[in-house]
Amino acid sequence: MSDDVTIVLLLPEVLGTYGDAGNASVLAARLRWRGIPARVHTVGWTDAVPADGDVYVLGGGEDAAQVLAADRLRDSIGLHSALARGAPTLAVCAGLQVLGTAFTIADGTRIAGLGALDVETRPGGGPRRIGDVVADPLVDGLDGPLEGFENHGGITELGPDAAPLARLRDPARGPAAGGNGTGDRLEGAVSAGGIIATYLHGPVLARNPALADLLLARAVGELPPLTLPDGVPPTTAQRLLGGRRSRHELRTGARRRAGA
Amino acid sequence: MISGGPTRLPPRARAAVAVARLVGGAARRAGRHGSVIGGRVATMLDRRVLARLAAGRTVVLVTGTNGKTTTTSMIARVLGGAGRRVATNHLGANMPDGITTALLDALSNHEGAPVAVMEVDESYLDVVAAATDPAVVVLLNFSRDQLDRVGEVRTVARRVGEVVAAHPRARVVAFADDVLCAGAGLRAADPVWVSSPSLWTGDAGVCPRCDGAVTHAGVRWACSSCGLARPDGDWTLVEQDTAGTVHGPGGSATALDLQLPGHANRLNAAFALAVGIELGVDPAVAAARLRDLEQVGGRYRTVTRPGGTTRLLLAKNPAGWAQVLDLLDEGPPRPVVVAVNSREADGRDVSWLWDVPFERLARHPLVAAGDRAGDLSVRLAYAGIGHRLADDPVAATRDTLGAVDLVGNYTAFHDATRALT
Repeated sequence: MSDDVTIVLLLPEVLGTYGDAGNASVLAARLRWRGIPARVHTVGWTDAVPADGDVYVLGGGEDAAQVLAADRLRDSIGLHSALARGAPTLAVCAGLQVLGTAFTIADGTRIAGLGALDVETRPGGGPRRIGDVVADPLVDGLDGPLEGFENHGGITELGPDAAPLARLRDPARGPAAGGNGTGDRLEGAVSAGGIIATYLHGPVLARNPALADLLLARAVGELPPLTLPDGVPPTTAQRLLGGRRSRHELRTGARRRAGA
Repeated sequence: MISGGPTRLPPRARAAVAVARLVGGAARRAGRHGSVIGGRVATMLDRRVLARLAAGRTVVLVTGTNGKTTTTSMIARVLGGAGRRVATNHLGANMPDGITTALLDALSNHEGAPVAVMEVDESYLDVVAAATDPAVVVLLNFSRDQLDRVGEVRTVARRVGEVVAAHPRARVVAFADDVLCAGAGLRAADPVWVSSPSLWTGDAGVCPRCDGAVTHAGVRWACSSCGLARPDGDWTLVEQDTAGTVHGPGGSATALDLQLPGHANRLNAAFALAVGIELGVDPAVAAARLRDLEQVGGRYRTVTRPGGTTRLLLAKNPAGWAQVLDLLDEGPPRPVVVAVNSREADGRDVSWLWDVPFERLARHPLVAAGDRAGDLSVRLAYAGIGHRLADDPVAATRDTLGAVDLVGNYTAFHDATRALT
């Protein structure tokens, strides 16, 4: 592998629904915009998973695809080795369930996950949880709220070795609606190692630049300021840079472009 | 072959039709819901009215994710031309009420129309097929579209396969290169396969028969588990630049020479030829009828405005965008205004923008517009594509000199179509 920071995108053929492959593009772009060479290494169905990637990304998928992904990744030496050393990993929706200890599909079959994240998922039975949500983070390193689009049916219980990522703000759709489906509005899960898992699509990193930067900082250390390319409208630049800290970065970037 | 004609309606249905016409006519004069209200009223008065209206007609049903409206319009033309002897729902109202309304209209305008060509929303194919006993069912393609509203595409395709299996008398014409579409088509005993290299394989990773992994090599695909593989095409579209020829059984070859642009329309035309020939139309006659088609419900329409022209294009999901990007590659790089909404009819979730390779628009001056212009702009920024934002897509086209393309998803496209009428 080259000196580029490598974002490993796992099995987008089967874990690529809902545009989640975009999370890998976002991570690579945010490194490049900081002058750090980066590339997306896509692991296709017949490719081996590299053990020395810098960030790992898993997306959502439909039921049958998720079972295939679990079968394919369960014995991957490369992925297990990366997860064991705590490599920063983003797992969305089906990706979250695959990294868990087990998940039960609609016909009642219980499928073993990779066991890297202490969560187990069972069918919700009720209507799918579908819609835009806002959630307050419960982990260090994130200040502002997270947002995204959830679209899933399972109920995910966290074990003692996992902590929730965030808590949904909007209880309007009923106490059992939203997030992990456990009735307490908890959203997603994080491991003591490097896994950040969520049900949020959007893709989640496109809508939450601070979450992208948290993963990147874990991979490469403190992040230099970010300089956006030309041709980005100012309101969009604001969104790409995120909150307060980022407005400072925007000025820094502008000065840098001006040769200051 | 086309035979017979509509059967005489029983008294209850005749009463339902009479009332529905009154209400439908009033709604149309008021400019509201004209394409569905007649059918809704008639169905309230006689639950079996769709079946009664369809009885005795040769019914062709067209379903799939993309290209339904255009292909339906093409097939109607090939089978005799809309307004002559073919009933069709060319307003795009493709749920049961809309289809019933279209058959009511046919009753008023030309009672004898022996043929009905109807596009059907994938989710309603079971209801409509049960009522209309179709002679032909056309399966165009299945890909992700409005996951928040329609649901997962594999489920949609599986249900379509069940409808195919439940109607053994229907001739199924299906797309061989689309894995999910082929899976549904194979539920028929003797399907007719249309073939052409597919541009979108995003939902083609899992076998529709056994849930095994599907591998792709060039245009071929096969399941590594159960051996399900791409069927050989009976009708194959062969393209050279922007010219298309459809090769059929026995070495026949029919040149298309369409006015409608792009690969997607040449493929739609291959379906229309296959269906027409299946129902006894001469290939040369069918091709000549397709040549006259310039626009379909405003799609591909070019509007002249001060300082230039605006071409209207519809793209509402990643597979549709793959086709539009292909079309935009034909010819010099024109400015493009992209308008994205997320209203009820569009689906609320715009994650799909990340499955569209907007990187391919790098050579085009670009404007992001629509209700979700901000999300589109973020997507374009990450694609490294310079662009500007605009509130109103139609106004943005007016700011541009020369020929410009306006690409909208469902409601954005229809808003623009209305504004440019």
